[in-house]
Amino acid sequence: MADEIKKAPAPLKVTIDNITVEVPAGTTILKAARQIGGEVTPPAMCYYSKLEGSGGKCRTCLVEVAAGSTADPRPMPKLVASCRTNVMDGMVVKNITSERVQEARAGVVEFLLLNHPLDCPVCDQAGECHLQDLGYQHGKEGTRYQFERRTFEKEDIGPKIQLHMNRCILCYRCTYVADQLTDCRVHGVLDRGDHANISTHISKAIDSNFSGNMIDVCPVGALTDKTFRFKNRVWFTKPVDAHRDCPECCGKVTLWQRGDEVLRVTARKDEWGEIQSYDGKPGWICNTCRFEKKAAADWVIEGPTVVNRHSVISQGHYQGMQMPKETIQDVMSGLNPRLLMDIHDISEVNKIELSQLPGAATSANYKNESTKSE
Amino acid sequence: MKPSFTNEQLQEVQRLVSRYPQGREKSALIPVLHLAQNTFGGWLSTETMDYVATLLQIKPIEVYEVASFYSMFNLNPVGKHVLEVCQTGPCMLNGSDSIVDYIYERLGIRPGETTPDGQFTLKTVECLGACGYAPMLQLGEHYKEHLTKEKIDALIESCIAKSAALN
Amino acid sequence: MGRKLLLEKAHIENIRSYEVYRKEGGYRSVEKALKTLTPDQVTDEVKKSGLRGRGGAGFPTGMKWSFLTKPEGVPRYLVVNADESEPGTFKDRYLMEFIPHLLIEGMVTSSYALGSNRSYIYIRGEYAWIAHILEQAIEEAHQHGWLGKNILGSGFDCNIYVQRGAGAYICGEETALLESLEGKRGNPRIKPPFPAVKGLWGCPTAVNNVETIAALVPIINEGGEEYAKIGMGKSTGTKLISACGNINKPGVYEIDMTISVEEFIYSDEYCGGIPQGKKLKACIPGGSSVPILPANLLLKTAKGEARMMNYESLADGGFATGSMMGSGGFIVMDDTQCVVKHTYTLARFYRHESCGQCSPCREGTGWMEKILWNLETGKGRSGDIDLLWDIQRKIEGNTICPLGDAAAWPVAAAIRHFRDEFEWHVTHPEEAQKRNYGLAHYADPLSVSVA
Ligand SMILES: Cc1cc2nc3c(=O)[nH]c(=O)nc-3n(C[C@H](O)[C@H](O)[C@H](O)COP(=O)(O)O)c2cc1C
Ligand code: SF4
Ligand code: SF4
Ligand code: FES
Ligand code: FES
Repeated sequence: MADEIKKAPAPLKVTIDNITVEVPAGTTILKAARQIGGEVTPPAMCYYSKLEGSGGKCRTCLVEVAAGSTADPRPMPKLVASCRTNVMDGMVVKNITSERVQEARAGVVEFLLLNHPLDCPVCDQAGECHLQDLGYQHGKEGTRYQFERRTFEKEDIGPKIQLHMNRCILCYRCTYVADQLTDCRVHGVLDRGDHANISTHISKAIDSNFSGNMIDVCPVGALTDKTFRFKNRVWFTKPVDAHRDCPECCGKVTLWQRGDEVLRVTARKDEWGEIQSYDGKPGWICNTCRFEKKAAADWVIEGPTVVNRHSVISQGHYQGMQMPKETIQDVMSGLNPRLLMDIHDISEVNKIELSQLPGAATSANYKNESTKSE
Repeated sequence: MKPSFTNEQLQEVQRLVSRYPQGREKSALIPVLHLAQNTFGGWLSTETMDYVATLLQIKPIEVYEVASFYSMFNLNPVGKHVLEVCQTGPCMLNGSDSIVDYIYERLGIRPGETTPDGQFTLKTVECLGACGYAPMLQLGEHYKEHLTKEKIDALIESCIAKSAALN
Repeated sequence: MGRKLLLEKAHIENIRSYEVYRKEGGYRSVEKALKTLTPDQVTDEVKKSGLRGRGGAGFPTGMKWSFLTKPEGVPRYLVVNADESEPGTFKDRYLMEFIPHLLIEGMVTSSYALGSNRSYIYIRGEYAWIAHILEQAIEEAHQHGWLGKNILGSGFDCNIYVQRGAGAYICGEETALLESLEGKRGNPRIKPPFPAVKGLWGCPTAVNNVETIAALVPIINEGGEEYAKIGMGKSTGTKLISACGNINKPGVYEIDMTISVEEFIYSDEYCGGIPQGKKLKACIPGGSSVPILPANLLLKTAKGEARMMNYESLADGGFATGSMMGSGGFIVMDDTQCVVKHTYTLARFYRHESCGQCSPCREGTGWMEKILWNLETGKGRSGDIDLLWDIQRKIEGNTICPLGDAAAWPVAAAIRHFRDEFEWHVTHPEEAQKRNYGLAHYADPLSVSVA
């Protein structure tokens, strides 16, 4: 009896934005919020549940703890990172119901975008970029930054993965992938402060059969699939779930197709933008599946991918889609997508003026500019 | 030439490593990098860092990450004598700007530059914990405090004399 | 004249050497502790003494030690924080340079109390010669049986090692320090877990400032209760203050926290007044991170009481009209100095020292530095001051470690108290290049000369 009680400690009650859930001890606030789902879930740019040690860095997931616990109901003086703070029984958390949180989050988003090149029109990640989503939801119009943006030398890290440091938000996820999935990490964070950057220092190729997963965990377009680059805008491709018998990995993937052509292979993502788990195990995929298997015949197609994450990408699976009048606006139903436009209007740093481009975005529109800027 | 420590230096590395519990050899990284920088020309080349990685049996990237974090490690070649002038608040209140200007007058180098003969490098640094003895600069492992023009003149002369004696 | 407990003997000739130090009564506290007290009794004495951490936060040391978890079979560590990089602070250096055995003596007793058989001194890399002095002192202590195996037959083993950093203010933050000691980048850890539970190599660890540990010597020698009688209120014992800037006698002073700020600045026993007959304009009383105060608020609190040199009085009025004791780095500015420029150099410092892990600090510190540079060089715009205020507000409290706060506070306080000086820079960009704003209304109302 006593043993049993020890094994299954009583669940903890936590209230997030007035919704109460029960979670096991050791659950973080973020995880509890994900259990509730929807709006009350704080955005997470650096935390990744499948990567040990991740989180705490970007500060987008800050929440207010209005009461620490039933035992000690005092509020916590500072906002806390929900991804790294454990729930206590009787804890009361405010996310969207806290003005302080909304303000701090807007601040964090501004900081993250401060030196971001905002080259979404030429970025492969556009449409599935967490920073883009965040900007739409929490950003303010225009920029208050009157200085030239920080830029880094472009670095080649091998034939399959492109590193575009200017877009990096230093979430450290890719370094954890290299540490935890590959046997030899050759890239990392160099320098410090506002010069900190992801690099190999010696332009070494990252070659490990699981290195491609860095692309999937990267929340922005800093690490992208070279075999896909500029072939298409994400929202014009049709994602389907597929699998193959792979001796190296789970072989469960999403194929990004146009017609019968496989443009890109990624791991399957869950509603939080993370790689899906199967039987509790993260479904990382190997480089062979990701980079080599580019024929539909290599795969057993299961059916269209259900995209349930709220993002620009969500509309991509309409087949035979007509050219939308204004892509981004349509996709972001209900949200006001002024941020990028305004920044591009003001910024002298970025060469491409999104607002000047006629019609919707396709790779063809950007081909010339993109090759220029590369 | 490939960097390599003398036997004596290797013993020093062993002594450094022995200060930590078993399996914690990586803790010796910063002390060993100091030793390497002093030994191999005042800066850490990629070859030097790779050598240190082999000695401590860690990945080269772990060394690059650490070496690039700390401001005392130079990842590019520097002059024989590196003048590091503190310019933070308390030193500024006591005229550190004029020290930087005077060094420019004497040597023709601005912060970050090295004289064409490779003798002197001027760097500006942040507070070195000598605020009460400002203005000050660091030269190698030594602090030069309460600086005046005369003291800088003397310092430069002694550096030149030292270099000459070595040649 | 106040009592001196730490530096009383610092000027005795050759006190740096073991023989002289021992002759002057050195290592008595180790004898007393190891022969007559249990480790927990040592901690109790520290609790009774009311000693507060001297590294900046002022957390009660005895309480911190009692948080240290003691799981069976897991080593515990004492790490002394000698990173001392906060602008205006150079007190630990003085102590280690002139009377190194005091730190070693305090460390043996503290290690005994905490059960640390391997203790480390993490010293900033630039203090290379001091590392040598400490290693010499450790060697002497070894030779005379104060370190090593079975010290004084007590069964307690202890070794002390000196580890040099390599230039990073952030490694003064205790968890960044531990990362650095483990041979990594100085990225602060996300707390909890606190070092008392998971510190060096995942083991329970106490990180304490040099001066805190040195204070163990008088506490054990005289007893915690006696120590607590010195000082005022919760500011017990003596405190080292490193004074710099525009004063006649910069240097390190040991005060017993019962003197007023005015006496400290003007009396000949301490700073000796402002040079060249100039006036006091402003002061940062506790190291660059704490709020700057204009002369009038520095010498008297908002309530009109004399401000004293102790934790409570310096903090009186909160951030609105007060400041903090911090690390004891006392930076004085005379009436010809420019607050905008000084604030700029501090903003540059924090940008340079940010580890870059979390976005508000990584991006915000650089932004503030750039705006302050514009203001200082006559390129400021009218909205810049409000923008600065907003940026610092969005950094403060939202970062992983307190460096974010430390970068925000100096900017906030400078704007709070010297807004007209910032505005003058915007409205008189050319004049601001030629002369400083001057004293304005912060004028020291007193023509003081304290005997
Ligand atoms: C950015 C930063 C820098 C710090 N630098 C130092 C330092 O140089 N020396 C120090 O003793 N404490 C420093 N601290 C405080 C330490 O984190 C820690 O609180 C202190 O070492 C605890 O010792 P104490 O309780 O004896 O004061 C710093 C803290 C921060 C956030
Ligand atoms: S490259 Fe991508 S995954 Fe790596 S740190 Fe930058 S943003 Fe994160
Ligand atoms: S606040 Fe600054 S120094 Fe501290 S962890 Fe964040 S980036 Fe690093
Ligand atoms: S997701 Fe929590 S701090 Fe980044
Ligand atoms: S400000 Fe120059 S040594 Fe401290």
